[in-house]
Amino acid sequence: MSSTEFIQQLINGLSLGAFYALIALGYTMVYGVLRFINFAHGDVFMIGAFCGYYLSPRVLPYFTGGLTPLGPVAVLILTMLACALLGIAIEKLAYRPLRSRPKLTVLITAIGVSLFLEYGGQFVFGADPKSFPELMPDRALEGTGALTITTTQLAAFIVTIILLVALTFIVKRTRLGMAMRALSNNPTAAALMGVNIDTVISFTFGLGSALAGAAGILFALSYPSIDPLMGLLPGIKAFVAAVLGGIGNIPGAAVGGLILGVVETFVGGSVFSTYRDAIAFALLIVILLFRPAGIFGRTQVEKV
Amino acid sequence: MNYRHIKKWLLLAAIIVSAVASQFSGAINAYYLQIIIFIGINIILAVGLNLINGYTGQFSLGHAGFMAIGAYVSAYLSTEHGAGFFRAIGGTNFFSISVLFTGVLIAGGLAAAVAGLIVGVPSLRLKGDYLAIVTLGFGEIIRVLIQNTDAVGGPRGYSGIASYTTLFWTYSIVAITIYVVVSLIDSTYGRGFLTVRDDEIAAEAVGINTTRYKVTAFVLGAFFAGIAGGLYAHSTTYINPSGFDFQRSIEIVIMVILGGMGSTAGVTFAAILLTLLLEYLRFVSGYEWLPEIIRRIAANRVIIYSLVLIALMLLRPQGLFGQLPRRGLPIGSARVKRTKLPPHAA
Repeated sequence: MSSTEFIQQLINGLSLGAFYALIALGYTMVYGVLRFINFAHGDVFMIGAFCGYYLSPRVLPYFTGGLTPLGPVAVLILTMLACALLGIAIEKLAYRPLRSRPKLTVLITAIGVSLFLEYGGQFVFGADPKSFPELMPDRALEGTGALTITTTQLAAFIVTIILLVALTFIVKRTRLGMAMRALSNNPTAAALMGVNIDTVISFTFGLGSALAGAAGILFALSYPSIDPLMGLLPGIKAFVAAVLGGIGNIPGAAVGGLILGVVETFVGGSVFSTYRDAIAFALLIVILLFRPAGIFGRTQVEKV
Repeated sequence: MNYRHIKKWLLLAAIIVSAVASQFSGAINAYYLQIIIFIGINIILAVGLNLINGYTGQFSLGHAGFMAIGAYVSAYLSTEHGAGFFRAIGGTNFFSISVLFTGVLIAGGLAAAVAGLIVGVPSLRLKGDYLAIVTLGFGEIIRVLIQNTDAVGGPRGYSGIASYTTLFWTYSIVAITIYVVVSLIDSTYGRGFLTVRDDEIAAEAVGINTTRYKVTAFVLGAFFAGIAGGLYAHSTTYINPSGFDFQRSIEIVIMVILGGMGSTAGVTFAAILLTLLLEYLRFVSGYEWLPEIIRRIAANRVIIYSLVLIALMLLRPQGLFGQLPRRGLPIGSARVKRTKLPPHAA
């Protein structure tokens, strides 16, 4: 493989990895505060894509003339809001009543919610794939020489970076962010310090879901065919990414997503291309067997 | 329990009854016969999964993968080598068919058991959520591998399988499965499975080899799933990898959860109930006098699964016949309104 091809694959891989990173962040945040893997998270990503699909024709007509570039931004923000609300609703209805119950119960409920979103989506939206509208013109950029970088890829990069910066700001510099970190570290102490557990958990779900919704829109821009079952595989892969980076660790999720995206792209371009989806599972098994804490995770000491 | 002594006789009786019933199976409507056979197959699957999920507490979401292996291995053996076998043994009669069928079923079961071993090994290091995802991954990997194997038809499926499954085969195997699982759990050795579920660390502390129990559970559960798969293949005569996907695994998981994890009678009952319900739903989607929306929901039965799962977990997590874990606060404690802390609270 020549160096140009290598760099091209790298760029494609990072681009794919950005989506996984955004979804993985949701997984990792929820795990941090609840020690629970939200199976239904990948389906919030799918709902985000469909929100974009249904909102675009209704919202874009208001942004004509000089405002046209703001149209897609509006769709993105509205979708993120909708997904945040969805995430908060799911937490309140399905997970909160079970907070004191054994982990298995919540896990099964999460599977139920995931199935409900997927097949409910099939019921409401129809099972056939839909074509996502072109929110922005998709052209290759000039001046990149032998490499191809499309405007969509660039937009995805930029939005992802903005969201990552915003998330880091929220988590490190705001009181709610501090509350999230406190809750993740020691819930009893956090509660004693006056942190409202329910509010912070809701906020965490909302934040993670908003990111997943954003990932949904960005993904649909690059791969315009959307269907209600599209969230399953990216969801599982994003989970692998979160575990790779160290579940519960926010920068870890982002890094894990990027690594997974790159690995998957290289595998897809190689001799083993039919195993491209299986590589994520293989990676998961390898990590869990040899370094379950992930790249940035700390090994948990289990006190007996 | 009191029936310990008569269990052997019950097993024998069940086998005889199913043999007799099988003779009359020509008198039943072919469609109903198929359903009754499916019920039997689902019971075997559910009881096997109950050993893994219910009695040993290892949450496995890839059971359909084991079934698939059993189905494909037995189908391949009977179709490709059946003729050769019959030539060798001197003819196609009840005896030779029985021997062949038993052979391919066991082969399918053993192949699935090997897969169970492979899946069981990572389970030693993984708990709860992680195990669930890894088993789900294995189920999908198995399915993808089969899909990529042209020798068994790949995505087109494998057709032309001989129709060997009868009431006799199905229900004698159901009886054997239930007998094995119940006897196992009821024995001194078998209590070990329950200890792994209840408190792994305490179990290790008293000298129970949790590794061995977990792997045994997976291997046994997979073995029975493989046999069920073989029965399934020789009943429907056509199998396709998409019939062994995550949805199929979930169907079996729901049977186990509905029945009550850790109650063989419960999951048997739930398997019967759910198989019948599924068939009924197929009918409902044909009743023209029902409003369109109900018909569509019935046709899309996974929505109902998911709501059943969620409702079960919220309202009755122990299922129909299971028991709540007896740790922590007593069940009927006073309802104090306070915020519940997340599970990693000190």
